[in-house]
Amino acid sequence: MQPDWPAEIHRELTSAGVTIVGYVPDAGHKRLIELCQADKRMRAVPLTTEEEGIGLVSGAWLGGRKSVLLMQSSGVGNLVNVLGMVKVCRFPLVMIVTMRGEQGEFNPWQVPMGENTARVLETMSVAVRQAGDPQTVAGHVHAALGLAYETQGAQAVLIAQRVIGIKSFQEQRNQ
Amino acid sequence: MTLHRRDVVSQLLKNRGELLVIAGLGSTAWDITAAGDADLSFPMWGAMGQAAMMGLGLALAQPKRRVVVITGDGEMLMGIGSLATIGVQQPANLTLVVIDNERYGETGMQRTHTADGVDLSAVALACKFKHAITATRDVAAVRELVYKTPGPNFAAVKVADEKLPLVLPPHDGVRLKARFRRALLGKSADVLPEKS
Repeated sequence: MQPDWPAEIHRELTSAGVTIVGYVPDAGHKRLIELCQADKRMRAVPLTTEEEGIGLVSGAWLGGRKSVLLMQSSGVGNLVNVLGMVKVCRFPLVMIVTMRGEQGEFNPWQVPMGENTARVLETMSVAVRQAGDPQTVAGHVHAALGLAYETQGAQAVLIAQRVIGIKSFQEQRNQ
Repeated sequence: MTLHRRDVVSQLLKNRGELLVIAGLGSTAWDITAAGDADLSFPMWGAMGQAAMMGLGLALAQPKRRVVVITGDGEMLMGIGSLATIGVQQPANLTLVVIDNERYGETGMQRTHTADGVDLSAVALACKFKHAITATRDVAAVRELVYKTPGPNFAAVKVADEKLPLVLPPHDGVRLKARFRRALLGKSADVLPEKS
């Protein structure tokens, strides 16, 4: 049986004491966003662009709160300059990124950013953890939260498109 | 009478008490430093467009403290979507103050969009800010928003487009972060964070 990985991520977030969740929606994050919105211990903050999440997370840490960001791989491309602040200030950062532009992609415009998501993150000193199957997602999120908050580092978990399993516009609309 | 940015910022930060201060990169970071560098000030040296969102994160994390973001018109324009994000969250303890000289002051005084009539306080109002004003003559009403009025609040303060001596804050980001957290959170800022 497939693990319920969005619910497992939500459990990792609550047990780590995450109380602010910034997100730009992605079909792959639909269930996790709903779980965070329904959780009274959490403040789910919709963003107009992923860049805003870096300000949100950094300001929240100045105020003593833990947060995470949820986004799609294309959104990683919107972050490049502001990740410089994360590096220079050593703000703890955890991003959970659902991948597009991989196996099963139907939209060619998703491919350039999807093929380079990990490289862009690593170029800006964000450690990348690739969750290639449903069984490994929660473990990667657990490790990312620990490393980010205990060592003041920047961590991204990339959830492979084959884990999400969306292969057509119709499937995406039916999510 | 034309307002001058350094006077405006010193008047806003006079007797600041427990106020938490974020400043956007460039001139407003120098302005808050000229008014008196403080542990509970976080002057940014980069991440253009993110000052307002730093303020939102801080305001959500510290709902009992007043938070002010002091930034420039160019910096605010780059993060203009954050006005919509803040409008949705409705933090009662957050005020954004844009020191608006209608110029990119650090790069050669090029005109910003506000020089051609883009009205930032109208945008803030349309984004559900509780109060949004444009101040041109004095800062008393802005002080009221920063220290007392339930927000989210927004003030654009029109100031002269003058070039002033640089007054630089510390530039080490880790130091700026650590001093702010220590002053706000006490000893717990320096130990591993608790689980929930």
